[in-house]
Amino acid sequence: MPGLVPIVRKELADHFSSRRFFILFALVLISGIGAAYVAAQSIREELTRTAEAATSVFLLVFTASNGTLPSFVTFIGFLGPLVGLALGFDAINGEQARGTLSRLLAQPIYRDSVINGKFLAGLATISALLVSITLLAMGLGIPLVGRLPSPDDLARLTLFLLLSIVYVGFWLAAAILFSLLFRQVATAALAGVALWLVCVFFVGMLAGVVANVVAPVGQDAPALQVLRNDEIRRAVARISPTRLYAEATSVVMNPSRNTLGDLVLASEVQGMVPSPLPFVQSLLLVWPQVSGLVALTCVCFALSYIRFMRQEVRA
Amino acid sequence: MRVTEAPAQSAVRQAVEAPGRQVGAEAAPAIETSHLTKRYGTFVAVDDLNLTVHEGEVFGLLGPNGAGKTTTILMLLGLTEPSAGQARVLGHDPTREPLEVKRLVGYLPDAVGFYDDLTARENLLFTADLNQIPRAVARERIDALLDRVGLGEVKDKKAGQFSRGMRQRLGIADVLVKNPRLIILDEPTIGLDPDGTRALLDLIRRLSLEDHITVLVSSHLLDQVQRICDRVGIFVKGKLVAAGPIASLGAQLAAGEPLVVEVQVAERPQAAAQALATLPGVAGVECSGDTLVVRCGEDVRAAIAHAAVPFGLLALRARGYSLEDIYLRYFR
Repeated sequence: MPGLVPIVRKELADHFSSRRFFILFALVLISGIGAAYVAAQSIREELTRTAEAATSVFLLVFTASNGTLPSFVTFIGFLGPLVGLALGFDAINGEQARGTLSRLLAQPIYRDSVINGKFLAGLATISALLVSITLLAMGLGIPLVGRLPSPDDLARLTLFLLLSIVYVGFWLAAAILFSLLFRQVATAALAGVALWLVCVFFVGMLAGVVANVVAPVGQDAPALQVLRNDEIRRAVARISPTRLYAEATSVVMNPSRNTLGDLVLASEVQGMVPSPLPFVQSLLLVWPQVSGLVALTCVCFALSYIRFMRQEVRA
Repeated sequence: MRVTEAPAQSAVRQAVEAPGRQVGAEAAPAIETSHLTKRYGTFVAVDDLNLTVHEGEVFGLLGPNGAGKTTTILMLLGLTEPSAGQARVLGHDPTREPLEVKRLVGYLPDAVGFYDDLTARENLLFTADLNQIPRAVARERIDALLDRVGLGEVKDKKAGQFSRGMRQRLGIADVLVKNPRLIILDEPTIGLDPDGTRALLDLIRRLSLEDHITVLVSSHLLDQVQRICDRVGIFVKGKLVAAGPIASLGAQLAAGEPLVVEVQVAERPQAAAQALATLPGVAGVECSGDTLVVRCGEDVRAAIAHAAVPFGLLALRARGYSLEDIYLRYFR
């Protein structure tokens, strides 16, 4: 495909030498490492107090929180969108504003090489960032906890990384879409931040409101009604990729978690063996979330792709 | 810089130049459009355009802003699809084979931009990469090109620090990286100071003379087009109203109208006016400052010149023959 390789190469060079990327890298690094350190410290205290060890102590480095600092996984869910948005919000309109897009498109390259190259370079940058920070957190966790990750832990971590890349990739695709929909770079950035606020913060509140309207729970509401309210709340919240990501990672990174919700009927858990799930079973449990996340990312990128291919060079 | 020159092309060039820039009909045109039309909704940007640009010439697309020049150029490059009609650029259909066209044609957009955080040389190297030119060849060519456009000293400076004129010259170098057979320059002198404009026009002229590259240049500035173009097409509201060599264009458009001659004299313009009015064939003389406007029934310029010499003849010009008059007539 003519043009793809040079564009990817140039975009990668741009990302890795941009101040924007370094600020975000520092932000994610400090919060991620901080969270892992705090978690590892409290695990160590816990381990010295109680001799009995849970099966996958190591993953707690990424998921545990002692209340002062959110967990590593929570931080990625929260800050990951900013990384994706920052890498893409000026992808196309920035080129237009600088007058480089028409020069680029006058070269003998396929038009889609431009948008594909930008997306691929963004994904590669995101992968490098997430993998390096996760590895750093792992390296920090091993001596602090005093355990090596088991193969099962490693499989879960790999899946976590893949999920995170897809999740941040969604935000990158959304940012590129905004960079096509809005001529002004600042407008595209603001639209991205607005979407981030909605998906991270407001969707939960909105879901609560909707659930309370559809299935109100009073003081003496029957258990079924409470359960229904909870189900509706979770279903509505799933329009947000952040929610999908949170659900998927909470199960993938915690083998002892065998349901998605916090509320279950006693009849449902009757006879259930309270043992950790094997990796594949955990994956099966959150398969809808995983495929939903992948689909959202693909749809978002496909929309930008179509929009870019149809856009007039000079509108 | 052309490292090797295609012999076939210089042969064409000679054929083109030989009959006083009147182009031989046997040479395949570099650009040919037939009934090319572009509509945006109900607005017709380019209306039934039939344009021929011959290989080796400098063709000026002259028209006011919004006349459809850029739209035409975008269609020639396959960057915009025509609503009707078709174009052929160096034997290729830009809509069907855009990559072929873009391989052979260099395009300098009107608001050309560069990546500010890359140096001049890195910017051109990226273009070379996109054209799949091997790095070693590209480096050599880029150094030569940057020297040629006068940016040899600053080739490792970031493009963000370049002035408008330097950017424009870098744009020319960028266009030449792919060794094009045809270059299309959209308003290349816009925003340049007179010095920068002159340097750029000289450069364009040299590209045509030395490298035998066909040039299509669009502009709304008449004097510039006049200075460098072999032929001119006048574009108004999406229509090509006239096309041809500048000299014949003037004569052609002024045909059938009374000749008006402007005479500038150094001394006693009033007396000069009286003297000129008595000449046979002169219908009337008006005097404003040191310039006399002489209306004639026939072409008696020689007699007028002769009569004006005693008054210190400074200039004599037939109105209606210059592109400026044509321009003003059509653009109003």
